[in-house]
Amino acid sequence: MAKQTPLFDAHLAANAKMVNFGGWNMPINYGSQIAEHQAVREDAGVFDVSHMTIVDITGEDALPFLQRLLANDVSRLNTPGKALYTAMLNQQAGVIDDLIVYNLEKGYRTVVNCATREQDLEWINQQAEDYSVIITERDDLAMVAVQGPNALQYASIALGDTHGPIAGQLKPFQGLPNEGWFIARTGYTGEDGLEIMVPAPEAEQLWNRLLDCGCKPCGLGARDTLRLEAGMNLYGNDMTETTNPLESGMGWTIAWEPGDRHFIGRTRLEEIKAQGQHAQLVGLILEGRGVMRAHQSVHETEDGPAVGELTSGSFSPTLNQSIGLARLPVSIKDSCFVEMRGRMLPAKIVKLPFVRNGKILVK
Amino acid sequence: MSNIPADLKYANSHEWLRDEGNNVVTVGISDFAQEKLGDVVFVELPDEGTEVTAGDAVAVVESVKAASDIYTPVSGTVIEVNGSLEEAPEQVNEDAYENGWFFKIKMSDSDEMGDLMDADSYADQCAED
Repeated sequence: MAKQTPLFDAHLAANAKMVNFGGWNMPINYGSQIAEHQAVREDAGVFDVSHMTIVDITGEDALPFLQRLLANDVSRLNTPGKALYTAMLNQQAGVIDDLIVYNLEKGYRTVVNCATREQDLEWINQQAEDYSVIITERDDLAMVAVQGPNALQYASIALGDTHGPIAGQLKPFQGLPNEGWFIARTGYTGEDGLEIMVPAPEAEQLWNRLLDCGCKPCGLGARDTLRLEAGMNLYGNDMTETTNPLESGMGWTIAWEPGDRHFIGRTRLEEIKAQGQHAQLVGLILEGRGVMRAHQSVHETEDGPAVGELTSGSFSPTLNQSIGLARLPVSIKDSCFVEMRGRMLPAKIVKLPFVRNGKILVK
Repeated sequence: MSNIPADLKYANSHEWLRDEGNNVVTVGISDFAQEKLGDVVFVELPDEGTEVTAGDAVAVVESVKAASDIYTPVSGTVIEVNGSLEEAPEQVNEDAYENGWFFKIKMSDSDEMGDLMDADSYADQCAED
């Protein structure tokens, strides 16, 4: 029996089509995924992301523990509520998960993926043995993401007198607690907006207020095409335990300095770096009609062998053509071929992201 | 509950057929099928004049979710295709039984129509899916 978020009834009331996603019964769309996608690019949409796992890490060793656990350096979070994006690596420098870390007044709040929840918690607890930390899963909180050019404006109204003012004062990539809630200016769509963590019993009221204020309910389908256009990775597709962050477009999230910070995976990662990087994650745009999908093979020439594969692929409503992410040798530039249903179709190699803040950034 | 018009015939693979008389049938995909696929973004149609055999994959529909073959439930010749789907594939979602049609076939063996389901049987199949 799949788990339900506190917004389950609200989804049914909004005519959601529900699917099982990582053990959760979640809305895939409320009619048209493309219409939801466009609402986020042009106006504002709201997503139930309560399936995501919120884990608080507190205690006197919280800072040194996270400096060991994570490839990015949480000591860079030197203002209240500041957030960073990071990989959690294994000793072989494979990506166990990607997560966001917020600086709390006392300790840190992390948000990890739902599909990796059990491995993550097991790994985090295992690594914490020699540290004085308290690891608390916050399953008492629901989470909604409000995203789009008008998201802040609508959300400020919906959040009312108690929480609205917080939304107005947040800087990008900052999250602050307020009376048991937590409001952050983060997201997974390439648009401005908020992620709001709310006590589960209050979630449905918040949801309904957001809809009343003009936010369109959006499902996981639109969430995927939005993040893909924004060039953001999806764990399990674009990076896994067997791929390292350098070949997964996550090099920018590794804090190499200070050099004596021995985060897990560092030794292996330094070896990989010294050997020279041979693969990278790039953006692909299909030249013709059709839709690229994950795991389709990529070729340098029309009749040549496979040199890599799509890690994500879908249709981009903003570009009105198929886009994808592919892990390819660094030597391959400008163009390639994708094998789709027995045919070789040309694709352009581009720099990510495809779309940011409603604008197409690729040529 | 999806819309299953009583005057059409249906195939296991979710195509509908409308008998246009003179051994000509129009083929599309059911409301149930379009809903399963999600937003349709590309449709690949057969060439007019193509000879087809019942069960052949003759068209492809690509949705945001997946690519699916569309099979012809009857044998014959493709005499017309709905070219407007190339520009406006969303018609498959919005109007599966009228503007969202795929192709017309001049049947070579009209007895094959007898192998197809009526609306009630098809509704039963959808309920089990």
